Amino acid sequence: MLGTTVILAFRAINRHKLRSFLTTLGIIIGVAAVVTMVTLGNGATAAVREQISSLGANVLQLRPGQGFGRGGGGPRPPDFKERDLTAIENQLTGVRAVAPVVQSSGTAIYEGNNWSTTVYGTTSAYSEVQSWKVADGRLFLSEEEEAGKSVCIIGNTVRTNLFQGAEPVGQRMRIKGVSCQVVGVLATRGQGGFGDQDDVVVMPIKFVQRRFTGDRDISQIMVAVDDAYDTSTVQASLEELMRERRKIKDGQEDNFNVFDTKQISDTLTGTTTILTQIVGAVAAISLLVGGIGIMNIMLVSVTERTREIGIRLAIGAVAREVLMQFLVEAIVLSCLGGLIGLFLALIASVAIAPLMQVPFLFDVKVNAIAFLFSAAIGVVFGYFPARRAAALNPIDALRHE
Amino acid sequence: MAPDPIMSSPIISLRGVTKVYGEGPTAFQALKGVDLDIQQGDFVAVMGPSGSGKSTTMNILGCLDVPSGGTYLFKGHHVETLDRDQRALLRRRYLGFVFQGFNLLSRTTALENVELPLLYRGEDKKLRYEMGMAALDKVGLKDWWDHTPAELSGGQQQRVAIARAIVTQPDVLVADEPTGNLDSQRSIEIMELLTDLNKNSGITVLMVTHEPDMAAFARTIVHFRDGLVESIEAGVAA
Repeated sequence: MLGTTVILAFRAINRHKLRSFLTTLGIIIGVAAVVTMVTLGNGATAAVREQISSLGANVLQLRPGQGFGRGGGGPRPPDFKERDLTAIENQLTGVRAVAPVVQSSGTAIYEGNNWSTTVYGTTSAYSEVQSWKVADGRLFLSEEEEAGKSVCIIGNTVRTNLFQGAEPVGQRMRIKGVSCQVVGVLATRGQGGFGDQDDVVVMPIKFVQRRFTGDRDISQIMVAVDDAYDTSTVQASLEELMRERRKIKDGQEDNFNVFDTKQISDTLTGTTTILTQIVGAVAAISLLVGGIGIMNIMLVSVTERTREIGIRLAIGAVAREVLMQFLVEAIVLSCLGGLIGLFLALIASVAIAPLMQVPFLFDVKVNAIAFLFSAAIGVVFGYFPARRAAALNPIDALRHE
Repeated sequence: MAPDPIMSSPIISLRGVTKVYGEGPTAFQALKGVDLDIQQGDFVAVMGPSGSGKSTTMNILGCLDVPSGGTYLFKGHHVETLDRDQRALLRRRYLGFVFQGFNLLSRTTALENVELPLLYRGEDKKLRYEMGMAALDKVGLKDWWDHTPAELSGGQQQRVAIARAIVTQPDVLVADEPTGNLDSQRSIEIMELLTDLNKNSGITVLMVTHEPDMAAFARTIVHFRDGLVESIEAGVAA
């Protein structure tokens, strides 16, 4: 019985190919839009998460001032000193690694090529904190760090723009007018929410302090929390330690701030997830419009095929069979539309993902839901026209012109 | 193997059948108490002017409609007590229909049209093909099985319609002005086909016509006037 109905449905669809295609166009576009949007949105979320995890998992960033900026009025809060670093290393429990950072910007020159970039002064601990890897060459040697030698590790963007295919490791380049030897190249980290993370030159902190910033201040301290410890507990004791060291009285506001990268990660992925949901919802509305399109055409189809329905009823089709015929026809149409839509979404996602610089993630669940939803649209919007067809009187239907 | 109509009890029996369309002051009484017996194997032509009630009677006889009053006994079933779907099943099982306008499904091959009633009977593909081709063979259109109605002449379309009506080997064939849209040569061919089906396959044929030439092929001619049976006479073919 059902098999017969499906055969009839396919025959009917085959008889009106163009109309069937136009009918399902709404579903095709709707499903393609929803699945593409959600797939790309998930890709974007994954990309954001990936980039943030590249900042290092369970890392606390200690900076002077309130929030990201350095605060409004009043004296500029003091930077950190090396003894702060030592205190954190020695007095704080649950710390895996601590790295100081001094930041500066300047132009790098190699054989007549110029490139403006950011210089990070830090220690080898930074690679541990940030889980940075060196693709070519090596990290700083401890004597290079102790002496603040003029050596550097460059990011891939710097390598591409400055060395243009030449092997950088072992070469000497100039940075802010100072000659330095390239000892390593960082593994590619990609575009982040924080700019191009490959556009950096990393140097021993002592060198940067001596030659570029001119003091021994540390502008930022990165604290990697041991996996066995709770980040928020360590954050609380870090804040307590710093208040004590910076002699902040009770009731007075901190003149430093501690960021948990995981918090930033949660916030950003939360944002992209909400965006994905909003865009997905808009696309779902178009899917609904597609369903109404199916109902519209099926109603026209029932009117147009009144005589056919009359013939079927005269031949001995019972009401349920006519209902099933039109219902199955609507479902087959919407399912076909759904499948074509999924296929288009696949092509679109694969094509657009690289342009948006997000990974293509095939989500079985999203595809399955979109398909089931299109089938459900067939049932919901096919039922009313089908019921109307089944309720026709055979004599009137046969007389219909 | 022409069956003897006198032997068997009537396959169709109308008693005091009335039919009223509409309600209240605008109500129209199409049938005013029709009594009619039709024997198995008969070939009945129903004649009468427009509005005489012949089409209404045929709709009731074909189980497409129910009487407003009276009884209709079809093969022992009280049709007036049956609901829509029960009558559909009766049509599926015992009746075949041929219409003036052929009423074939467009863009559908002759064979698919003929197979349609078998689909509703739930026959499998192989049997559908065999029975469909046999029916087409009977109306002389075996070689045209894959043609759509648009590719067939009017006479051929009506033959396909007849093949569709007889493919289920029905007891009764109800034909509503089957030659109404055909020229006289095609009409005679169709009438000869109906006569052949009546004589050689034992199908009871009920035919509405207003052409005496066509009625001449029947064994019994029933005249309707003003919602009543005016006269019943033996046809030329009897």
